[in-house]
Amino acid sequence: MSATASQAAPEASSPQAASAAAAKPAIDSQADAYSGAEMVIKALVDQGVEVVFGYPGGAVLPIYDALFQQNSLRHILVRHEQAAVHAAEGYARSTGKPGVVLVTSGPGATNAVTGLTDALMDSIPIVCLTGQVPTHLIGNDAFQEADTTGITRPCTKHNYLVRSVGDLPRTLHEAFYVAVHGRPGPVVVDLPKDVLQTKGSYLEKDQVVHRSYRPQTEPDPSAISKAVDLLAAAKRPIIYAGGGVINAGPEACRLLTELVHLTGAPVTNTLMGLGAVPGSDPQFLGMLGMHGTYEANLAMHDCDVMLNVGARFDDRVTGRLADFSPNSIKIHVDIDPSSINKNVMVELPVVADAEAALRALIAEWKRRTPPSPKAQEAWWKQIEAWRGRDCLSYRQTGEIIKPQYAIQRLYQLTAEQEAKAGRKTYITTEVGQHQMWAAQFFKFEQPNRWMTSGGLGTMGYGLPAAMGVQIAHPDALVIDVAGEASILMNIQEMSTLAQYGLPVKVFIVNNQWMGMVRQWQELLHGARYSESYSASLPDFVALAEAFGAVGIRAETAGDLDDKILEMMEVPRPVIFDCCVAQEENCFPMIPSGAAHNEMLLGPDDKAAKPISEEGMVLV
Amino acid sequence: MSPLQDSVERRTIAVLVDNEPGVLARVIGLFSGRGYNIESLTVTEVEREMGLSRITVVTTGTPQVLEQIKAQLDRLVPVHRVADLSLQGPYVERELALVKVSGIDDKRVEALRIAGIFDAEVVDAGLDFFIFEAAHRPDKLDRFIELMKPLGMVEMSRTGVVAIARGKDSL
Repeated sequence: MSATASQAAPEASSPQAASAAAAKPAIDSQADAYSGAEMVIKALVDQGVEVVFGYPGGAVLPIYDALFQQNSLRHILVRHEQAAVHAAEGYARSTGKPGVVLVTSGPGATNAVTGLTDALMDSIPIVCLTGQVPTHLIGNDAFQEADTTGITRPCTKHNYLVRSVGDLPRTLHEAFYVAVHGRPGPVVVDLPKDVLQTKGSYLEKDQVVHRSYRPQTEPDPSAISKAVDLLAAAKRPIIYAGGGVINAGPEACRLLTELVHLTGAPVTNTLMGLGAVPGSDPQFLGMLGMHGTYEANLAMHDCDVMLNVGARFDDRVTGRLADFSPNSIKIHVDIDPSSINKNVMVELPVVADAEAALRALIAEWKRRTPPSPKAQEAWWKQIEAWRGRDCLSYRQTGEIIKPQYAIQRLYQLTAEQEAKAGRKTYITTEVGQHQMWAAQFFKFEQPNRWMTSGGLGTMGYGLPAAMGVQIAHPDALVIDVAGEASILMNIQEMSTLAQYGLPVKVFIVNNQWMGMVRQWQELLHGARYSESYSASLPDFVALAEAFGAVGIRAETAGDLDDKILEMMEVPRPVIFDCCVAQEENCFPMIPSGAAHNEMLLGPDDKAAKPISEEGMVLV
Repeated sequence: MSPLQDSVERRTIAVLVDNEPGVLARVIGLFSGRGYNIESLTVTEVEREMGLSRITVVTTGTPQVLEQIKAQLDRLVPVHRVADLSLQGPYVERELALVKVSGIDDKRVEALRIAGIFDAEVVDAGLDFFIFEAAHRPDKLDRFIELMKPLGMVEMSRTGVVAIARGKDSL
């Protein structure tokens, strides 16, 4: 978060001073002025929270009662707790602010686990308040009791069980501090019902100083100097930027683009990093990785200096580790020291917030004599040759809509509309082929416009995430690019869209298959299509109507543009059933266990490059 | 560059943490969740007023894995300090064992004689058994226990390793 730089961590005080500050009592007149539930509301408001995504239940009734009696916080009632977390993620990723979730004990908390894990994997700041049975019943297998802190320990950045109302305000403020500082992530605060009903003293936000958590945000100047030495001397540099730059904020993205222009180096983004540099920038090579572009992956493979900013060398990016960019010197900027040298050993680690590191890199670069632009001439010539392969090309022939065509038209029509009418477009996705095609064909000119489940790969993410985005940006065009299988995983949220009049558009690329599963079965499992056919699909148009939304179906390429425009015009939620060619595969593809320079470019390519047995065991 | 070619090393790591519920579960969950080894782990409160506990963990792994372990420990929110005692310089390692040896006649005499060599104290005794208490480096304790086995050792309990860096500087 940019908050790490702007809201600098409180000065490193001694633990004694910190705990003294934390223990400092509130003003006497305020003693015991609030119940725990009222403190929850007050702390959220003091933290700048405007919206809470939640679902009530027995253990959190005191908080819902307090919510009822105030007007500062808006509560969005979801239909399933998983969706509450994804909605909060969509809200967080499109605004840069932490998302807040409120769910009850037991099943409320366990239903939230997938969302929490998703937020952990993608480093999204979330504060999730869970109800808990009263303290005297904890451990007794009480009704709707679950060991929430135990269950969520590995899927949160941190979690708390608040055992007394005296600890409550400090814990709530700490939860926000931990969620947004350093590498962002989800934080759970488990709230026993008796704690919510007991009166106590409130602590102001600035009275709370964390005892131990002080992530490093400023880079080591000598590392920055070495990094600039390497970049300036590079003949074949590449900048590889990920979600860390988006998390660091729009200013970090601007600085990244400036550095790209200063150095003249090509830049590629991870799935999480799309929008960190403008998609139309001539130096942008597109997304890299398993379904990344030919030019991005080959440039990664052949580069001599790699600057990684805010990405984590995920297996979807590296392919076979032993052959990952074998001849490059690697610089890795990351706010999380545990991301460095985890998968790929790097020569130069830089632990810092992306914004601070980029600012320092730019300042250092500008202090030097710029290298000759000719130094990279041969490199760019090579890159242009790779670009010439036009790796995302496909053939739209006849009236059956190709899925790539559907997504490309969706992109172009929304981009034209944004250019003309200025209505911002936000894209969320589910998980699968449609997600990869959206990542390939949408060119994001700005950060925070693209919300997708990258690390966890959560089918069912897109619709609730779009809900959260639409809440934050009521006038924007918010589209969930979906598959017909994924959408059914959280389809109940159509009801939430209807309740709040959220005009989210669900664009289903309907090929009647779990397309990515089908693709892997075709390529890796002898075309034995085990359980991947989407049988007994609902009539999505009728389903939309049943939920009080608008249903639109496109079946021919000739109709597609008009139908998309119709969808964009409707001021209500829409389910768009886009019936596409059933057996289209997503290319380019680096098969699992293969290296960047062994990618499959299309259907004719696959026979020539059989997939290794080692690759078969990988996911 | 390949981490697979690196040899496996043994390290003793000291971790200073907030003494709060769940902190040990966090540390152990980190090791099990990420597939790291724990050879020994001890924990107890060391500074009551400040509410700090010290965990001493002995682990094995390649240098890359060991660096990961330290980085992963350090990013746990209640962790104040992570120190790699093995890497930082000379340090002292001790472990305490209680060893129950059952036997009579010559074996009993021999057990007592060897216990004397190892500075093991007799903490309980009967006509046909001893319980010895010994505190040493873990490898020396291993040796003591090996010797006690043929002499009628029936049970043994060890604390796990505690360690501290030599010299005047603190963690």
